[in-house]
Amino acid sequence: MELTDIIVKFILIVIVFAISLVVAMYSTYAERKIAAFFQDRVGPNRAGPFGMLQPLADGAKMFLKEEIIPTRASGLLFIVGPSLAILTACIGSAVIPWGQKLTIGSTIIDLQVTDINVGILYIFGVVSLGVYGIMIGGWASNNKYSLLGAIRAASQNISYEISMGLSIIALLLVTGSLSLREIAEQQHSFWQGGLPWEGGWFTWNFFKQPLGFMIFIVCAFAETNRTPFDLPECETELVGGYHTEYSSMKLGFYLFAEYINMFVSSAVMATLYFGGYNFPFMDSLGLSANWIAIIGVIVLFAKIFAFIFFFMWIRWTIPRFRYDQLMNLGWKTLIPLAIANIVITGIVVTLLN
Amino acid sequence: MESLSNRKKVLEVKPLNIWERAYLPAIFKGLAITMKHFFKKPVTIKYPEQKREFSENFRGMHSLKRDEDGRERCTACGLCALSCPAEAITMTAAERQKGEENLYREEKYAAVYEINMLRCIFCGLCEEACPKEAIYLDGDIVPADYLRKDFIYGKDKLVEAPLNQ
Repeated sequence: MELTDIIVKFILIVIVFAISLVVAMYSTYAERKIAAFFQDRVGPNRAGPFGMLQPLADGAKMFLKEEIIPTRASGLLFIVGPSLAILTACIGSAVIPWGQKLTIGSTIIDLQVTDINVGILYIFGVVSLGVYGIMIGGWASNNKYSLLGAIRAASQNISYEISMGLSIIALLLVTGSLSLREIAEQQHSFWQGGLPWEGGWFTWNFFKQPLGFMIFIVCAFAETNRTPFDLPECETELVGGYHTEYSSMKLGFYLFAEYINMFVSSAVMATLYFGGYNFPFMDSLGLSANWIAIIGVIVLFAKIFAFIFFFMWIRWTIPRFRYDQLMNLGWKTLIPLAIANIVITGIVVTLLN
Repeated sequence: MESLSNRKKVLEVKPLNIWERAYLPAIFKGLAITMKHFFKKPVTIKYPEQKREFSENFRGMHSLKRDEDGRERCTACGLCALSCPAEAITMTAAERQKGEENLYREEKYAAVYEINMLRCIFCGLCEEACPKEAIYLDGDIVPADYLRKDFIYGKDKLVEAPLNQ
């Protein structure tokens, strides 16, 4: 690897990291503002114009609050928990392709931190590590309510990881690749090969795998612990949830990790099913490759924000599941559906070939 | 058990059909409902800048009125205190001295007039009882305070500002 490559990668890593943090920060603002609009309220409007500085104020408050570690908590694990949560949330974005390749002079900049050929597996590995953050945090608190919340989180994540993995297998049957870059490239443009009666087809995987996408998005909600699957935290029966004993920035890390997770899973959904950085008519605009790449990045972010909005939209629509309903849905509905999806996809792929 | 009123209705709980059990139609319906709210005008009033208008018959803080010459109307007859169901009003009467005709309208006036705002229930009976149209509950909400003694409002807080000020 040349020095320029290393520098470019380093800059890219910093940018991706900064973007995920800023997006997560302003997701908290967006969450409150969108919640307000859904409830015919105004929302935060004190700090700065339209309350735009609210996340900064919240962050300052988080940092300045007193840090409390319960006497009987296991000290090291108590700190490892939130650190692990935010760490796993942050490294997930490494394999997401943010855009096509940029060409500046003779250097080609790959808008992706690393293009490993098992990108999806990497994402799955990282996501399943995320539950350790919650589990360790709940365990280390030495509080039975926290522990209950953590156990609920663990069993929920395991249950939904299965159907998420199965829904991805059906996608892999269609794409034939585990590399996120390649999957994004396969969804080039929006429509391929002439008009419908001339054998044209949608390139976006959503149109090939609608059921798989439905399963995936439901599982994504469960994996990011968002409503209606936010059982790890519950004010009514668990006092607070896995983070009951946490205060100041350690709590902040947990909350922050949730928003980063939301951002990353939105990016993954946009890449896997909604064409990533591809957009309709991208070849017929007559722009240079670099411009297409830049517009692609913007388009990808538009898709990501649409998904984040959808996450918040759902939050103010559907009430929280009961625990047995959650398990019923996961094991008795989603897993059979995902398996059926694999079988159908397999048959169709075999017949088409 | 036999129904007493004969109006008992046997509740039928039909099992959900496959369409209902898929939840998705219901979820989309719910999403449409919340989305409608997204475009509604906020009903919140931005409080410190904007204040909600009180209704016509809102009863707020009391004020002791002055007449057209700026003299206090209250003659310390005590009817307001008598009519007060919460016994929030107390007063001490005093006789008007020579040279004070521009201050008090009648020969008798209230030297001390106190309303305990912690006791007051804002029923408006003092307003109705007053024969001199001296007391009205036309003020704002009684502000919060830290000490109980600060809720006993004397004439300094109750009497209207003089006319030529």
